[in-house]
Amino acid sequence: MCGIVGLYLKDQNLQASLGALFAPMLIEMTDRGPDSAGFAIYRDPVGEHQTKFTLASDDPDSDWKNLGTDITKAFDCAARIDPQGDHAVVVIDAEAVAAQAWLGKNRPGVRVVGSGRSIEIFKQTGLPKDVAEQFKLASARGSHAIGHTRMATESAVTTAGSHPFATGLDLCLVHNGSLSNHNHLRRQLERSGIVFQTENDTEVAAGFMTLKLRQGLSLHEALEAGLVELDGFYTFCVGTADGFAVVRDPIACKHAVLAETEGWVAMATEYRAIAHLPGADTARIWEPEPHKIYTWGSVH
Amino acid sequence: MAELDLKATGVRSVNSTLHGLTAGANEQDWLIKNPMGQHAIACGLDAPLNVTIDGHVGFYCGGMNQQAVITIQGHAGVGVAENMMSGQVRVTGSASDAAGATAHGGLLVIEGDASSRCGISMKGVNIVVGGSVGHMSGFMAQSGLLVVCGDASDALGDSIYEAILFVAGKVGSLGADCIEKEMRPEHLIKLADLLEAAGLDQDPARFRRYGSARALYNFDIDNVDAY
Repeated sequence: MCGIVGLYLKDQNLQASLGALFAPMLIEMTDRGPDSAGFAIYRDPVGEHQTKFTLASDDPDSDWKNLGTDITKAFDCAARIDPQGDHAVVVIDAEAVAAQAWLGKNRPGVRVVGSGRSIEIFKQTGLPKDVAEQFKLASARGSHAIGHTRMATESAVTTAGSHPFATGLDLCLVHNGSLSNHNHLRRQLERSGIVFQTENDTEVAAGFMTLKLRQGLSLHEALEAGLVELDGFYTFCVGTADGFAVVRDPIACKHAVLAETEGWVAMATEYRAIAHLPGADTARIWEPEPHKIYTWGSVH
Repeated sequence: MAELDLKATGVRSVNSTLHGLTAGANEQDWLIKNPMGQHAIACGLDAPLNVTIDGHVGFYCGGMNQQAVITIQGHAGVGVAENMMSGQVRVTGSASDAAGATAHGGLLVIEGDASSRCGISMKGVNIVVGGSVGHMSGFMAQSGLLVVCGDASDALGDSIYEAILFVAGKVGSLGADCIEKEMRPEHLIKLADLLEAAGLDQDPARFRRYGSARALYNFDIDNVDAY
C-alpha cells in the first residue's frame, strides 16, 4: 500500500495556492496510508551562502530553546528559526556540512529532516489530515510539493521512518513499493560516505540518488542508474530545487498516474487524488510506462 | 434519464440505488455525475440497465457486472470490469492495469489504450481494445477473445490456456507457450463480428492470431527434471 502524490506548478501564478491544491491530494490518499504522512515543499529559496534546514526533535521545548543564539555564537553569523511544533525550519548563513556537524554535537536529539536552499520537509505519525493541519499545509505557498501517506511494512511507525526521505541538498524522494536489495546497497553507499538515519528501504533509494548527483550526474542520469541498480517494486516521485521526476520499475505493479495541464503537472498513486485539481477533467492523463523516466523543470 | 451525483452522495449510495433496480423498473437509464476517480463505481449490477458515468473512474469500475451496459466517458483505473459475467462495459478513454481480469462473460470495449496485464486470467469475456495494450496482457488467459487494434507490449499471452488473441500491430514479444497461429476463415468471421459489436471500424484482415502452444499446461514427462 502507501500513497504518493506530487504537484509541480508550471504556472507561477498558482504558487500562492500550492498548499490549497496539494493538501486535498495528500488527504485523499489516507486509505492507502493512515499510519503516517509527510510532505516536502519547495519555497522561499535562501541566499547562495545560506542553508535552510528542517529539523525535528522528540523534545522540542529544550532543543529549540536558545538554538538561534547558540548557532549565532558558534558560527558568528545570523540564524533564523521558525519552530513548527516538533519541527523547526532554520536558516543559517553557513554551509550545510559544517552546520550539520555542529548540530550532531550540540543538539544530539535533533534529526535533520531536510536541508538545502528551498526544501522544507514535515512528517509525522498519524492521519494525513492531522499532519497537514499540524504543519499548516493548506496555506503553504511554493513551486512544487511531494507527499506520502504511509502504511508501514518495512520498518516501524515512527516519524523518522515516515517519508519523504532527503539525504542530499534539496533532493527528496517518496516511494510506493519495496526494495529487495536495500541492505546491500546501504552498506555500499555508507562506504561512499552517505549517512543513513533509519533502516528504511526508501532512504537507501534517496541515498543512492544523492551519491549519483554528488558524482556529477544529472537527475535524469541518476534515475537511469537507479533503474539498473535498485531491485524491487517501486514507483518513485522525486523533487529537486527546480525539478520533478517520476519513474516506475520495469514490472510496474505499483500504481501511478500522471496528469498535465498548462498550469500544473500532478502525479498520484490513484487518480482520485488528482480529481480535485482545477482542470483535472480535461487534463492530459496517462499511466507512466514501466522503466521510463518522466521529468519536468531543470533535470539535465 | 435519471441522474445520480456521486460527489454529493458517495459511492455506496450510488451503488445501492442501482442494486435496488430490477428488469421491470421504471428508470432503466442512469447518468452518474462527478465520479471523482472513486473506486468500485457501478459494481455488482444485475439488471439490464444503461449506466453512463460522466468522467474518469478509479479502480474496479463495473466489476462483477451482469446484464448492465455501462459506459465510462473518460479513463478507467485498475481492474475495470474485473470478473464481469455478462453485459457490456465501454471505456471511451484509456484503462489502467488488469482490465477485464478474470471476467467470465460479456463485452469490454476500451476505445483508447489498456495498460499492463489486460485480460489477465480472462475466463470467457471478450475484450476489444481500440489502441495498444501493455506488457503481460493475456497472462494465463483461459477463454474468450482479446482483440488489440494497436500494438501489444512484451510477454503477450504468457502461460496462456485457450483464449484467442488478435493483434493488428506489433507484438513486443510473446510470453511462454504463446505462439502465432494461422488465421482461418472462422477466426476472421468471429473477429469481424466482435469488431462490429464494439463499434470499431477495423479491417479484420490486418490482424494476426496468437494462442497457446499447449506445451506448458499439460505435464510432460520430459520436463520431470525441472520440478
